[in-house]
Amino acid sequence: MPLRYTIQPVAGFISRGFLGRRRPAEVENRLPPGQYLVTDFPVLSAGPTPHTPLDRWSFTIEGLVQSPVTWSWDEFQKLPTQTVTVDISCVTKWTKLDTKWRGVTFDTLLQAVQVEPTAHYVMAYSDGGYTTNLPLDEMVNGQAFVAYEFDGKPLAPEHGGPARLVVPHLYFWKSAKWIRGLRLMERNAPGFWESLGYHIHGDPWKEERYSGD
Amino acid sequence: MQPLIEWQAGTVTEIRPETPQTKSFTLALPKWTAHRPGQHYDVRLTAPDGYQTQRSYSIASAPEQVGELELTVERIPDGEVSPYLHDVLVPGDQLEVRGPIGGYFVWEVGLGGPLLLVAGGSGIVPLMAMLRHRAAQRATLPARLLYSSRVPDGVIYRSELVQLSDRDHALELFFTFTRQAPEGWTGYRRRIDEAMLTEVIRPFEERARVYVCGPTLLVETVANALVRMGLPTELIRTERFGPTGS
Repeated sequence: MPLRYTIQPVAGFISRGFLGRRRPAEVENRLPPGQYLVTDFPVLSAGPTPHTPLDRWSFTIEGLVQSPVTWSWDEFQKLPTQTVTVDISCVTKWTKLDTKWRGVTFDTLLQAVQVEPTAHYVMAYSDGGYTTNLPLDEMVNGQAFVAYEFDGKPLAPEHGGPARLVVPHLYFWKSAKWIRGLRLMERNAPGFWESLGYHIHGDPWKEERYSGD
Repeated sequence: MQPLIEWQAGTVTEIRPETPQTKSFTLALPKWTAHRPGQHYDVRLTAPDGYQTQRSYSIASAPEQVGELELTVERIPDGEVSPYLHDVLVPGDQLEVRGPIGGYFVWEVGLGGPLLLVAGGSGIVPLMAMLRHRAAQRATLPARLLYSSRVPDGVIYRSELVQLSDRDHALELFFTFTRQAPEGWTGYRRRIDEAMLTEVIRPFEERARVYVCGPTLLVETVANALVRMGLPTELIRTERFGPTGS
């Protein structure tokens, strides 16, 4: 079985006396390069956790669509959901396997709007002012969803509740907590972390951590 | 497009125990660049067969410490990287690092104050970089540190903090102990709560720039309380770590 980790410069560097903690190959091969396994669920965010009451929560798709659409919390709950089990990787190096989410796929949300042919990118935006950018073609076909349950329970505020974006194939900062909407765009533009030195795309398997990687 | 932040092999020049669980590692870097206090470096370990793993550690040193990087690392007993750093690494060894990284949880003298720093445990590390930078710049803007530790010998940088505060009346320290306080201690002896924050922030009239770093529960408590007290959310910056920061 091919090993997923790679050797990069500094060429030939070996950490004297380091052997490393090996995992079974079936686990090791699910860890992107430089990542380590966690079993708890670390919390990271740049500022205070927003606490928007559900009766003031809404979700909007706007930008390059023929007419924007907004759901209330109750309306959003009536949309068909899927339950998925996915591995998630944070740029701060932890990977958590087999996380269970329930939410509405981006494909389902898109059925409510007519997307302009010029739309190629998406800016996710959240309570508290957080934003993150994604390519449109990496959100369709089940690649992205708006989740409001984790492990069978309502998503906790510190983990992004009431609802967060989940895009498991990209570093987890792309999975915007406290999401309130998606804006479809023609051109790519950096979101919050992408403006602060983090990679514009963020694929963990290519180790796209920082701008310039 | 910014340039690649390259890996470089730093040389360990000093290892200093800070507390029974934490040590500070000073590295001389061949391609040193000035960081912003609050930023971190990535550390990468490579085994002889090519296996690699990485962790992120906050920078403890001030950018005024040219050519060097100091990282303070807590030893996580079941960790993979911190036990290596604590138990195997010796001065003269090389350690691969890259950075500095992170652009939000940063404070420089130019951003002004007053400055309220709130730390839990090893969450003091990036805040220490800010205080060392403030001292190196001889800044006089008011600063207060509220620092929660479980036990007296868990206080990282205690003597240096006291020295900094002794010669700078604009810097005030507030310690709280959650499990066991020093003998004769008359200060706080509980987890940080809204009443404590209200007392510490009072002279700043709720206009402080706030940096909070520590375990998730502490950061959630502090940030939520400060929002309720009316501080603008954009002035509250947080850095959290759970028990997995190994």
